[in-house]
Amino acid sequence: MFKMLNPRRFYHAVGRRKFLEFILLAVFILFFYGPLLNMLMLAFANEYTAPAVLPQVWGLKWWKYIFAQDSLVSSIIQSFIVAIVTTLVSMLLCIPAAYSIARFKYRGRKIFMLSFLLTNAFPKLGIYTSIAVLFYKYGLMGTYVGVVLIHMINSMMFMVWLPASAFRSVHRQQEEAARDVGAGPIRTFFKVTLPMAMPGIAVATLYTFLGSMEEAQGTMLVGMAKIQTMPVAMYGIVLDSSAVQIGAVFAILLIIPSAVLIFLMRKYIGPEAIAGGFKMK
Amino acid sequence: MSERKVKLQIKDMTKRYDNGDGVEHINLEIYEGEIVTFLGPSGCGKTTILRTIGGFLDVTSGDILVDGKSIIALPPEKRPTAMVFQSYNLWPHMTIYENLAFGLQLRKVPKATIKKEIEDILKLVSMSGTEKKYPGQLSGGQQQRIAIARSLLLKPSLLLLDEPFSALDAKIRQQMREELKKIQSDLGITVIFVTHDQEEAMSLSHRIVVMNKGKFEQIGTPAEIYDKPATLHVASFIGEMNFIKRDGKTIAVRPEDLIVTEGTGGDITGTVRTVMLLGHYVVLNVQCGEDVIKCYVDRELSDRLHIGDEVSIGIGKHTVFD
Repeated sequence: MFKMLNPRRFYHAVGRRKFLEFILLAVFILFFYGPLLNMLMLAFANEYTAPAVLPQVWGLKWWKYIFAQDSLVSSIIQSFIVAIVTTLVSMLLCIPAAYSIARFKYRGRKIFMLSFLLTNAFPKLGIYTSIAVLFYKYGLMGTYVGVVLIHMINSMMFMVWLPASAFRSVHRQQEEAARDVGAGPIRTFFKVTLPMAMPGIAVATLYTFLGSMEEAQGTMLVGMAKIQTMPVAMYGIVLDSSAVQIGAVFAILLIIPSAVLIFLMRKYIGPEAIAGGFKMK
Repeated sequence: MSERKVKLQIKDMTKRYDNGDGVEHINLEIYEGEIVTFLGPSGCGKTTILRTIGGFLDVTSGDILVDGKSIIALPPEKRPTAMVFQSYNLWPHMTIYENLAFGLQLRKVPKATIKKEIEDILKLVSMSGTEKKYPGQLSGGQQQRIAIARSLLLKPSLLLLDEPFSALDAKIRQQMREELKKIQSDLGITVIFVTHDQEEAMSLSHRIVVMNKGKFEQIGTPAEIYDKPATLHVASFIGEMNFIKRDGKTIAVRPEDLIVTEGTGGDITGTVRTVMLLGHYVVLNVQCGEDVIKCYVDRELSDRLHIGDEVSIGIGKHTVFD
């Protein structure tokens, strides 16, 4: 078998162009996943001193350390709570808006649609600072409501545009057929339109949840250290501590929910699903 | 016509769209148990009328009554009508059984009854055994059969069909027409059909409403429409028709009503232009001055005729328009 791994044989088998592409891909993968692999290794290193390639001692010391810290465990819980609340409130507000954009004709509809792009049109910190001024006025700084609102700002564009395109893809006659057999508008929405639009909505919800999990800047600003989500806590640890492994473990803890969710929903996520969401109609 | 009950009455109905298109001052009575077809080219307003009956469009003015009661204020789910669209009838995320049971479950019909009725209706449309399949697994014709079955399950007062067979190929279309006609005569249900295919209208209907540009041109049985077309549009839309201009008037005569003889001496003389064999008869195109007249002749006669020969045409049954 090793005879077949000879690069020269490979070069002649696939041709020059594909060979170069393969090399390029290999370099890219190393560049991209190299640091991640390094981090994975560090998370399970009881002792590690650079410039050694592998840790001196392997173990779960730092995992035990993290789970012993109340503040860090509570930050994990905070992250999930804020992410779930953000996603639910976003769904409640944005999905009806998406449906109205998809189905109804009214004046200012296109402008309404475009207005959701505004949140992503400006540098985030600029938006957050001006919001902070307003939040101070209304006493929302350091509150859950404030933090959820900040997280929602990031999600609005996805939660309106993607579901709108998903609703549009449901043929109007499917809904008319449901009305015709006796279902009212609300039942039609829940039994026919929503199930058929589910893939697009699922993708948007996924992005909202994951986006909320990793949101750091706004949370730090508005949360004012009273509300610590995982990214916020991680900034603190990484800057303070000398043990680089703590950061590595935390990073993995952050990656796990994203990786699991993306894996479960891999059927729905693809370039077409996202590109399709940004058509102007 | 005997004292038949009026099922649907459209009273002076007008539907005007924002861009000015639409139908105006529509008056029509449809009797119980008949198949009435709205026939016309695209954009003539036939689907508009159907959708106002179904409840998917509001009327601008006028009234629509079913069994004597006005329905224009009712939303689609409360109307006694059931509609079958050209496509996108079935819900792809539900099985055939769920598609069919949807309406019955809404009406709180007991589960055992639902099961029995679905079995019976599937037998009626020749689709037994497909309960667990999904619409995506069925062909176009099969999907339309299920769509019709679903509508029939609700025992509607009126069955509305919006060009349901247009998306199917010719052979299946013929089959579906026959099946629909049989089902209708078995159940005695009142059917309103919309199509642009005149052959479909002629073969299926008890009465045809020929439409053009938002207006009714003629209402009558297939025989009346064919034999006595009321306007030039109806004459040209249905079947084959020759138009001969004579003394400032137009004579409309069908190919089968022309008698062709060799030589000169008839009403019209002309020369043979083309001879086309169609099976048991021949289509003869005759050049008479500026007109080309289409005639049907039998094989015997056509064997004796060649291109350029002089023939005489005698005009039988015809209609004269100004």
